[in-house]
Amino acid sequence: MNLEIWSLLLLIFAPVAVGVLIGLLRNPDYAYRVALVTSLLLIIPALRLLSAFDFSMAGTPQFLHAVPWVPGLGLEFSVGMDSVSFLLILLTVLLGPIVVLASKTAITGDKRMYYAWLTVLQGAMVGVFAAQDLLLFYTCFEFTLLPMFILIRKYGSTNRIAASTKFFLYTFTGSMLTLAGLVYVVWFVAQDSQLGAWTLHIPTLTAYAAEMTLAEQGWVLAAMLAGFAVKVPLFPVHTWLPLAHTEAPTAGSVILAGVLLKLGTYGFYRFAIPLAPQAFFEYAPAIAVLAIIGIIYAGLICWVQTDIKKLVAYSSVSHLGFCILGLAALNVTGLSGSILYMLSHGLSTGALFLMIGFMYERYHTRDMNTVGGLATKMPIWTTFMVFFTMASVGLPGLNGFPSELLCLIGTFQSDAAWNAAGEPGAWGASLGPWFAVFAGTGMVIAAMYLLIMVGKVCFGPLREPAGHHPHNELPTDLNLREITTLTPLAIGCLLFGLQPTILLDAINEPVNNTVALVDEANGLESDLTLNSARTLPSNYFTHDQGFQTADPSPQVLAEQMYHEKVNSFMTEPDENGVQRLRDDIDFAEFKRVLDEGPVISDAAAGTMEFQGAAHD
Amino acid sequence: MTEKLAILWPEILLFIGTCLVMITGQWPNRAIRQFTPWICFIALTLAFFAAMTSPSTSGMFPELIPYAKMMIAAVGLMILLLLSGTVDRRLEAEVDKGRRFESIRSNRGEFYAFFMFSLTGLMLTASADDLIWLFLALELTSLPTYIMVAISREEDTALEAAVKYFFLGALGAAIFLYGFALVYGATGSTNLAEIAAVFAAEGISPIGMIGLLVAVIGVSFKIAAVPMHFYTPDVYQGAASPVSAMLAFVPKTAGFLALMMLLGTAGWGFASGADASGHLPIELEATLWIMAALTMTVGNVLALLQSSVKRILAYSSIAHSGYMLVGIIAGPGSPGSPFYENGLAAVLFYLLTYGVMTTGTFAVLASLEHRDGKEADHIDDIRGICKSHPVLGWTLIICVLSTLGFPPLLGFIAKVGLFTSGIAAGHIALVVILAINSAIAAAYYLRLVAVAYIDDSEKPSSPVYPSPFPMRRVAGVISAFGVIFLLVFSAPLVDGAVNAATFVAPTPQPADAAATDNPSGPDENTMALGDPPPADD
Repeated sequence: MNLEIWSLLLLIFAPVAVGVLIGLLRNPDYAYRVALVTSLLLIIPALRLLSAFDFSMAGTPQFLHAVPWVPGLGLEFSVGMDSVSFLLILLTVLLGPIVVLASKTAITGDKRMYYAWLTVLQGAMVGVFAAQDLLLFYTCFEFTLLPMFILIRKYGSTNRIAASTKFFLYTFTGSMLTLAGLVYVVWFVAQDSQLGAWTLHIPTLTAYAAEMTLAEQGWVLAAMLAGFAVKVPLFPVHTWLPLAHTEAPTAGSVILAGVLLKLGTYGFYRFAIPLAPQAFFEYAPAIAVLAIIGIIYAGLICWVQTDIKKLVAYSSVSHLGFCILGLAALNVTGLSGSILYMLSHGLSTGALFLMIGFMYERYHTRDMNTVGGLATKMPIWTTFMVFFTMASVGLPGLNGFPSELLCLIGTFQSDAAWNAAGEPGAWGASLGPWFAVFAGTGMVIAAMYLLIMVGKVCFGPLREPAGHHPHNELPTDLNLREITTLTPLAIGCLLFGLQPTILLDAINEPVNNTVALVDEANGLESDLTLNSARTLPSNYFTHDQGFQTADPSPQVLAEQMYHEKVNSFMTEPDENGVQRLRDDIDFAEFKRVLDEGPVISDAAAGTMEFQGAAHD
Repeated sequence: MTEKLAILWPEILLFIGTCLVMITGQWPNRAIRQFTPWICFIALTLAFFAAMTSPSTSGMFPELIPYAKMMIAAVGLMILLLLSGTVDRRLEAEVDKGRRFESIRSNRGEFYAFFMFSLTGLMLTASADDLIWLFLALELTSLPTYIMVAISREEDTALEAAVKYFFLGALGAAIFLYGFALVYGATGSTNLAEIAAVFAAEGISPIGMIGLLVAVIGVSFKIAAVPMHFYTPDVYQGAASPVSAMLAFVPKTAGFLALMMLLGTAGWGFASGADASGHLPIELEATLWIMAALTMTVGNVLALLQSSVKRILAYSSIAHSGYMLVGIIAGPGSPGSPFYENGLAAVLFYLLTYGVMTTGTFAVLASLEHRDGKEADHIDDIRGICKSHPVLGWTLIICVLSTLGFPPLLGFIAKVGLFTSGIAAGHIALVVILAINSAIAAAYYLRLVAVAYIDDSEKPSSPVYPSPFPMRRVAGVISAFGVIFLLVFSAPLVDGAVNAATFVAPTPQPADAAATDNPSGPDENTMALGDPPPADD
């Protein structure tokens, strides 16, 4: 139990504990302050993790910690994270104080309950990304429904009861089926492997699940799609999202767009692809077609919206289509783009919902026919609005562009990659240029509807709803608090737009591993090997290895050795020297090493060996 | 005989308690009458500890008794909290003078006595190794509940409920007794282990199969499964809430224990001989499969239409029987299989979980009443209780979410057990139906949560007040804590359930031997045969 593990546990449990505390507060006026301070304080452990995270082996779960929970069930409280999980956790932690700040004047009802559930939600979302145990993942995944349901139901606008019920039932139905699918995988691994016991350890499951037959994988994939596709949401199960977004309070929309939708894409990345690699490969074109329909159809719906919030909600459906498209490309470029998109969409769309919330607080309408031309009256608001819209459209230099582009390039290349492998269309599972072309029209449509929105709302003659009078507490334009909430998001958008390589480097190794796993499972030749590929996703962005330390400390050395040791359990070189998944993984020993973590031995003697548990 | 005695200590203790309760409960002196619930408490506690030390038996489920009886005693204690409580002195004076008869609101002995009789019957069901014993135990479980329903409230609905319950119960009993008779006719024995041995040796004859099917359908009355579920909503609604809580747990547990034993004679893939497929004989499996699918769906869909909380809970109780049937169909798995593959362990664990959660939910309803003393029942009665009665409100929410199977509460783990065992036994379609039904159930449970917690804008038409029974609130709070903390410490419970569900496949034994060896009685038959070989190991 070192400081990093405490930090990680703190990120999961502190919000839950504080949430309960807020619920018990006597004075509801303190709720806001307690929630704000907590969410700000949580940045400290997150930064501690950031400084300790070793990006040179980003594909290996780090900060592993497991507490046996119900041994009879094989149930463990097991956490840890690779760089993909970590970046999503950072996004969650970053959005925490922002949504609390943004809620200060917007919430009029029972404040205790509101901030309590908002805080609890933070912990549950971190739990989803940090889980190394399947049931822990599922528990957190499901648990996020309850706080969000309450936030929408209690604090939403007029149609909130229908919206919250639809939100809960849609996602709950899907995830019950997902549970059945995941349980099937667990059962299969328990039967098939030499473990002799049921395991819920996600890396172990991933290592064995590929041995399922294609038909089994197909059903498992269908079950997982039922849950994750609803969450994303993928056409045609997206209908809950616009309703939920429109009716939710601002903070709810921001969390929903920023993080909760990512639970779906994260589920695709972490479970659907590795647990059913052949089936995902086989059905990738079908999934891609659904994604493209979503991109275009939702984009066209946006075009005719007059409610700004609904417009941005539908644009989420459209944008996440790109995200799924990148995943379905199943190559390094596409997957990297997709993960980049998860982060970037969280920033820009979250910010757009904040903008709309700020406007709504002043005008109590979201109809762009009744309100418009705000540039003269609210110049700061307009500046941010234009900025985030551009980020969302995909203006080069801002965050939307590299992620969207990488997704499309990945899709475009998907065909070529398989052809180069010498099996042109052997599985019929190649996307290819046509997919990219159709998806590309989505970018054009996005530019149209978003620019039309900005044009109507920000520019032209000033239009205000009849009977509008200034807000009691809020100035005409944004106040300092509101600017504070937007600034970090704007900086994030700019940074990721200008230097996407930082993120691409960080996620390179896990993405390579995933792609190598899919290639391996499908018997495809590929130049990627598990954990060893250091190539960048593409030649479009080049950047030298920024995270290598020049003179490795004993800690770093120990972790590198740990990394190699862990790899040696999973993979072995074949006759060509290419790393392949081992057939005979010694899971008992593997798990012991994972639990033990890196051991720093005497660096001076130069004998960096793994010590047994007795050493401690 | 001594072996039998050793496993019967909990029942004996409960019976002694029952007799004492009948005496003290009728005592003219109020001070002594007030001891009555304490005697029940002591008897149940002693029974709990006696059950803990129960030895293994030689039947098909050698380790079942300690777990089942400890569960019965523990949940029984919680239901006792619901039933007992301080007495309204004025009311009791009226009751004393014979002007009113409202047993549940005063320390009248008969109520406790019937309650204890029913629990004794339930424990006897767990010890049963013979069809006649099983029948008598099931009837001892049920008969007192008919009367409890009738005397639980002054209203006519209680009488109506009791009459319905009694007649349908009698019908159910007749049906399964008929089944038992056919099984006896087919095998020449009433001893369950012998029946199993005959089935294993000669296969299940058509008469035996019909007997088992009829018996299963008859027993489905106890668990409120389709097609014998019709009485449930009316009876739950007609009876007072504490009695409804008892009806949700006691007959259901008896029914599932009886089902385990009856189906154990046919075996999960062992009776047919060579192939240890892990499946029940196809006729039984198909029947149970259809019953399970219909029971879940009917329960959940009809619950969506209700506006009375008790009716919602009644239909949810039907649905939960359907869920648990999945575990029964899955069976115990191969010997030594873990919790995840052992459907019977999942059922036993689910029964405990269900008992805890449902007691909590009914405790909340029982703790609320209108100004005129009528129970809270309509869904509007619980509107906004999180604000007006936070403890009751949160108890309700926690218990309802657990009943929904919402992680990370106890009901979730219990449901995962059913999922895994169903999949491990190859019943994937059934598990998908279970998953979809869980989602349907979300709709009405969510309605309860939303009404209690969120949609408190409109004031209820007739406000509710806490009822004068603090112990009911205690029971609710204990359930809520149980739902949260039993999850954290569920390891021994899970291990206990797996141990209890150990199924010893019968050794094939031809019918002639069983029938002619010693025709004088099942007890001596057992002695004559000695212990079946597997138990010797």
